[in-house]
Amino acid sequence: MKGEKGKKPKNEFLYFAWRNWKLRLGLAIVLFFVVLAIVGPRLTPHQPWAYVGPPARPPSKEFWFGTTMFGQDVFTQFVYGLYPVFLVGALGGGLATLIGTAIGFTAGYRGGWVDEILNTFTNVVLVIPTLALLLIIAAYLGVRSFFIQAVFIGCTAWPWTARAVRAQTLSLKAREFVDLARISAARPTKIILTEIAPNMLSYLVMVFILQFGGAILNAATLDFIGLGPTRGISLGLMMQMALLWGALPLGLWWWFVPPGLAIALLVGALYITNVGLDEIFNPKLREM
Amino acid sequence: MPLLEVQDLRVYYQTIRGDVKALDGASFSLAEGEIMGLAGESGCGKSTLGRSLVLLKPPMKYVEGRVTLEDFSLPIWDREKMNAFRFSKISLIPQYAMNALNPTRKVKKIFTDILATKGIKGSQVLPELRRRLEMVELPLDVLNMYPIELSGGMKQRVVMVLSTFLNPSLLIADEITSALDVSTQRAVVKMLVDFRDRRVVRAMIVITHDISLLYQIADSILVMYAGKLVEKGTTEEILRAPKHPYTRFLIASLPDIGVRYGERKLEGVPGCPPLLLQPPRGCRFRERCPHAFEKCLEEPPFVAIGPSGRQVACWQALEEHA
Amino acid sequence: MQRYLAQKLTIYILTFFLAVTIDWIIPRFMPGNPVQTMLSRAALRAEAVEVMRGYYLRAFGLDVPVWQQYLNFWKAVFHGDLGVSVYLFPKPVIRVIAEAIPYTLAILVPAIVLSWIAGNKFGAFAARRRWLDNTVLPLGYFLTATPYMWLGILLAWGFGVGLGWFPIAGGYSFAMTPHLSWKFVLDLLWHWFLPFVSLFLVMFGGWAIGMRNMIIYELEADYVQYLESLGAPRKLIRRYAFRNAVLPQITGLALQIGTIAAGAVVTETVFSYPGIGKLLVEAIQNQDYFLIQGCFLFIIIGVLLANLIVDIAYLIVDPRTRRGMVGEI
Repeated sequence: MKGEKGKKPKNEFLYFAWRNWKLRLGLAIVLFFVVLAIVGPRLTPHQPWAYVGPPARPPSKEFWFGTTMFGQDVFTQFVYGLYPVFLVGALGGGLATLIGTAIGFTAGYRGGWVDEILNTFTNVVLVIPTLALLLIIAAYLGVRSFFIQAVFIGCTAWPWTARAVRAQTLSLKAREFVDLARISAARPTKIILTEIAPNMLSYLVMVFILQFGGAILNAATLDFIGLGPTRGISLGLMMQMALLWGALPLGLWWWFVPPGLAIALLVGALYITNVGLDEIFNPKLREM
Repeated sequence: MPLLEVQDLRVYYQTIRGDVKALDGASFSLAEGEIMGLAGESGCGKSTLGRSLVLLKPPMKYVEGRVTLEDFSLPIWDREKMNAFRFSKISLIPQYAMNALNPTRKVKKIFTDILATKGIKGSQVLPELRRRLEMVELPLDVLNMYPIELSGGMKQRVVMVLSTFLNPSLLIADEITSALDVSTQRAVVKMLVDFRDRRVVRAMIVITHDISLLYQIADSILVMYAGKLVEKGTTEEILRAPKHPYTRFLIASLPDIGVRYGERKLEGVPGCPPLLLQPPRGCRFRERCPHAFEKCLEEPPFVAIGPSGRQVACWQALEEHA
Repeated sequence: MQRYLAQKLTIYILTFFLAVTIDWIIPRFMPGNPVQTMLSRAALRAEAVEVMRGYYLRAFGLDVPVWQQYLNFWKAVFHGDLGVSVYLFPKPVIRVIAEAIPYTLAILVPAIVLSWIAGNKFGAFAARRRWLDNTVLPLGYFLTATPYMWLGILLAWGFGVGLGWFPIAGGYSFAMTPHLSWKFVLDLLWHWFLPFVSLFLVMFGGWAIGMRNMIIYELEADYVQYLESLGAPRKLIRRYAFRNAVLPQITGLALQIGTIAAGAVVTETVFSYPGIGKLLVEAIQNQDYFLIQGCFLFIIIGVLLANLIVDIAYLIVDPRTRRGMVGEI
């Protein structure tokens, strides 16, 4: 875009954001589920584990998503199960982003032996299959909560972020404006805050979105295996219950379709939002 | 008959705010054997001009104009049809020559792959390739190396050999020295002249920020400002006796050799170039020009003054001449 | 090249060391003293007590100092002595695992390899073809966002329960005993199909999108611009771009192996497919700690080996690492 000085970049960002169908679609779906998670529990008179109706009924006016083998209301379980999805996603994803950024940034910015050590550590944790590790930890923990689950996920999911942030820092460090700042003897914290951080912010937003989605999937898997929180309801737990109590051979599809579909839609929407953001931040990727 | 003739070429950039008139009507010609320097501040449209002759693609948009090279009318608006002329008739040494080679292919493979698309077998041209590499003082070993194993200067020379391998009629060199140190710059410049002297290429357009570089190499200089041609003349004429007030500023602010002025704002010229989204009527340099008078509200024509073929687009210069 | 491999091997050895240590620490220092629990559970079966106590003394040796316990554990690991399964008593853990491994490999290896190849081809094909791109993209993201178990459940429901084409549980028919005959092999394949497809599909979406994004980045690279300036046809440009885009996809494969292993665990659970994953889940449900430890160890070993294979593949494909130009991928 040549010869276009003096325009307001904020407007341009909003313009492209609105024009980008990927961003609109992704955000719309995410927003839909957020609203459902907030409003949902008020739409239903039941409690998730209460036996409120006849067993194994298909969706009806009274039970929107049908009932389980035991006569629990699937819709109630579903909307109550959405809340922990966002909790674990935000907390676990946020923690992973934070740890990954801190480690990756320190390694990339400091370089030398600090980089050597942090990078090796990152690579080691990267190779360990996260979920297997979570499994054996969770297996030995008697009492588990959503909070603990989120913390564990956050503590194991950071390595790829650390690697990506490290690479990003290295490339930013090599750019002219940082050199200039350094020649003019600005303090490191100042260089970081005024030169590097603004350039990396868009990138970190996208990393967080990916970590958010990843944390949701990890939590669902743990819940499904039966290593989720010991109290409360979650979408993964719903799927485990459905499979455990014969929803498959009995054809009680309303029991297992909604929770999985919600996760797939939500996480897929997060990913698509990310592609949209990428196109906005990277003019080269825009469709012409 | 000139080798290259460009008539009233207009190429815009499409943006969300409408078309940026980056090249707004350019007419000039190039004689056989001529090395023409194309100079101006960044954003003046000189790179747009160079690029649109070779690879015109979005967000660039062809508006109008004709380009004739030798006897061919170039279909520059048609990306596919231009393939017949690229490389063989008109070729480019790009600004990004350091990154222009696929990092995961050996140099030799890059040559044979691209030559194959023109129906030429790599094995047939090996002797010629050897000769060309010698010309730019590259050892033969580079053929068996990966681009990342070469230094920046070596990569640049490989690109020079590749771009000129089919003896194109016109070669466009776009800011090719900006990433090089001074001594390498000098060597590269010498090679470019060599290409012309040995008739590897028939004419050349050298796009640069660096007017002092043009002094060493160019026969003529074309100066651009805000999407318009403002002055063309022989190198001597432009450097010794610039007619257009903008050219005068450009020469006056000429720093020591090797320093690129385009990265700083022009010294002594108040204001900055107009936005090309909706350029002002009349002379585009008007608002910064110390000699502007009411006539400058009208657009000055880019016309020849004097017998030497010198051209200028300035009312004042025209009046002086008349 | 040597440096590259040495670096990688160092990381793997460190990882293995760390994993075994975790495997040793967790049952000992977790709240609730799981080892004690296990012993008291084993005590319910008279014949188990002696065996368990024997292993317990050998591997845990609680009467010796902690560092010696740790060394003893390493000794046991190297002898393949992972204890005895409580839940499948009296089978040694190592044998239980050995029987499960072929099933896991049978669904994982083809699913990984085929989805990687097909996904890459398809993603490259879709990139920058607007109509295809705009349909493939949301679909691909939806697929990789799908929890493995949910896709498995859907497939089992549709093709198993609904259409009745495939069985929904087991590695082979209940009525059969494993032997070598066409009938049994066909039966194996019949049971293998759905878990395989389920894994394949989720991964396929991921690879297709990854490739699509990589190609788009590559097509913006300077060398592509240059090729275009030289009038190179689309075919050559796409070939170069594909080749270069495959490299990060190989790295991506290495990064994904852990996630894929997790996918296999839940997929096996859905289909009651007798691999390591199902074994692990059963071990967890039955609090069979030796079996849990063993499964974890083998998953780690498998992941490390897979990483090593990917590294070697990368070495073969990327000339830069071969010539020692790039320190790491």
